[in-house]
Amino acid sequence: MRRRHLLLLLAALGLDARAQAPREIELTARRFHFTPNVIPLQAGEPVVLLLRSLDFAHGFFVPDLDLRTDLMPGRVTRLALTPKAPGRLAFLCDNFCGDGHEGMDGIFVVT
Amino acid sequence: MQRRDFLHLAGLGGGAIFSASLAGCATAGRPQDEFYFVQLSDVHWGFQGAPNPDARGTLPKAVEAVNALARPPDFIVFTGDLTHTTDDPVERRRRMAEFRQIAGELKVKTVRFMPGEHDAALDRGTAFKEMFGETYYRFDHRGVHFMALDNVSDRGTTLGADQLAWMQAELARLDPDAPLVVLAHRPLFPLVPKWDWHTRDGDQALALLMPHRNVTVFYGHIHQEHHQLTGHIAHHSARSLMFPLPAPGTADKPLPVAWDPAAPYRGLGWREVEVDGAKAERIEHGVSAA
Repeated sequence: MRRRHLLLLLAALGLDARAQAPREIELTARRFHFTPNVIPLQAGEPVVLLLRSLDFAHGFFVPDLDLRTDLMPGRVTRLALTPKAPGRLAFLCDNFCGDGHEGMDGIFVVT
Repeated sequence: MQRRDFLHLAGLGGGAIFSASLAGCATAGRPQDEFYFVQLSDVHWGFQGAPNPDARGTLPKAVEAVNALARPPDFIVFTGDLTHTTDDPVERRRRMAEFRQIAGELKVKTVRFMPGEHDAALDRGTAFKEMFGETYYRFDHRGVHFMALDNVSDRGTTLGADQLAWMQAELARLDPDAPLVVLAHRPLFPLVPKWDWHTRDGDQALALLMPHRNVTVFYGHIHQEHHQLTGHIAHHSARSLMFPLPAPGTADKPLPVAWDPAAPYRGLGWREVEVDGAKAERIEHGVSAA
């Protein structure tokens, strides 16, 4: 079956594969910054963060969602989240990484 | 006359006195008697920057003030961040050696050191152990049990399974009614998680402490006084000897409060803790320019 026919069939069945895939957001950690550090999200929208550390086993912690992971250099860490309501969700490095660690943070702005 | 009564009569001896129960403990029949110790914290030796133009002078001023106390404390404890962090292992040891030399000028020679993450996180406590010994330990003093915890050597700010097992074994040997003072660098409870002001597995430590009816925790890390109860356990943080930090949760980031030339050393200080069986009194001292 040609790809065009397959897509038409999926669309007819209400199964648009592209619409179901969560949006992916790339995020890089490097002493002592996250890039980007202000990330707009929409309430109820599932997203997957693709987290990369360039230099250290940073932590990635979202206290309000009780969500955290370690970011090992050379590895991409996938973290799924769905913000429930509009607001601001702080995230931070929670593995002490040196002189500047205390300012290594960012914010999800959920609308 | 007890020492605190004398201090009250003498105008507080330069500090401010706060009383708190060291947990309403039953003291009958126990060999407890009044004593006091001094807590100094968050020295950050090696820090340079606008938040403290007298970065090399503040610790010596505190040492001088402690040495001038009318009656010397039984012992002194530094609750972590003796030095400001550096990536350079040689510089880390140089800062620790310099700090130790200045702390060596304290007249009281029983001085207990604890690490903060600035001392110990980047090398998992290696330099600290070389210079100061174990990162967690227990001791008794005049009928009061003391437990010094390490929630900083693990970069993830956990106590870890080994230390929690050690805690459990040590606590099992203690009378649950006896007064117990816990010393730590970071808060054991989630004070401001978005500022990393917590201990990731602190809830497990507090669960182990809960059966003990007379527990008081003295800690540092947050560079200001803060007083909170979790259940019956009282937690008291100490001021820093380098720079103050904002009140919990009141700023975007926990970055140093600017130095105020009109009020130099404001927000910096140290404390005496007087233990008298059922009571612990804090006498808070600021750092003065003199």
